[in-house]
Amino acid sequence: MNAATSTFETWATILTVAATAIAGDILTAGAMRRIGDLDLIRAHSGLTGAIKAVVSSPMFLLGVLSMALSFFSLLFTLSKVDVSLAAPASASLTFIGNAAAAKLFLHENVDKRRWLAAIFVCAGVVLLSR
Amino acid sequence: MKHTLTPQRYLILLAVMLTASIGDTLLSHGMTQVGPVSFAHLGLLFVALRNPWVISGILLLLGFFASYLTALSWADLTFVLPSTAFGYVVVALLSRFWLHEHISLYRWLGIILIVCGVGFVANGPSLTEHPTPGPAGAAE
Repeated sequence: MNAATSTFETWATILTVAATAIAGDILTAGAMRRIGDLDLIRAHSGLTGAIKAVVSSPMFLLGVLSMALSFFSLLFTLSKVDVSLAAPASASLTFIGNAAAAKLFLHENVDKRRWLAAIFVCAGVVLLSR
Repeated sequence: MKHTLTPQRYLILLAVMLTASIGDTLLSHGMTQVGPVSFAHLGLLFVALRNPWVISGILLLLGFFASYLTALSWADLTFVLPSTAFGYVVVALLSRFWLHEHISLYRWLGIILIVCGVGFVANGPSLTEHPTPGPAGAAE
């Protein structure tokens, strides 16, 4: 922990990590849903075929770009904030944001069970950061 | 059609949990050696890329990405994510026993909550049924 890191700076970096991570998750998940079952593709056209199918998707590439942004902001954050705060805090924000975004953009069936899981995991992750 | 997972697919989910958490812990260990990065010294990020801990962390996170994408191709995002959250339990345990960070009563409680949350989703269907089945519809 770095005592000189202000509360604002801590949460601004953590929020950046979470926002870019949500964008990355939704874009890659959407891309994988469009591409279809990778096990099937690999059985059909081999590992290179599967890799080609994934890498040629623009939606996937956009997702990777957001994830790369998220990764570098995480590196940046980890150098200032304890891993046991930064990792769970950005994760819990990403988690709740993703549940909402998956319902909104990917039309996933986020039922009671999944919301309950999201809330439990989010609360657990907050407790982890205490 | 029920979306239950084969043992091989559970192995992929296990890989998602372990590689993400161990990779993060390695990165954290490496970055504490590199020191604080500020906007004035962004070049330090490239110095970080030569640190062996950071490199092995990145390699593990690449492995995580491959297994994560595979999982996403046959399961919902809201199904795969709780399993990645389980990785934070592993991070907490690793930082306790390897980085020697202190785990308070609150953190143990958090660990229990996450395990319960993952349990809820793991019992449910892994993929949302849509009226027009894609290629994934022929999986089982």
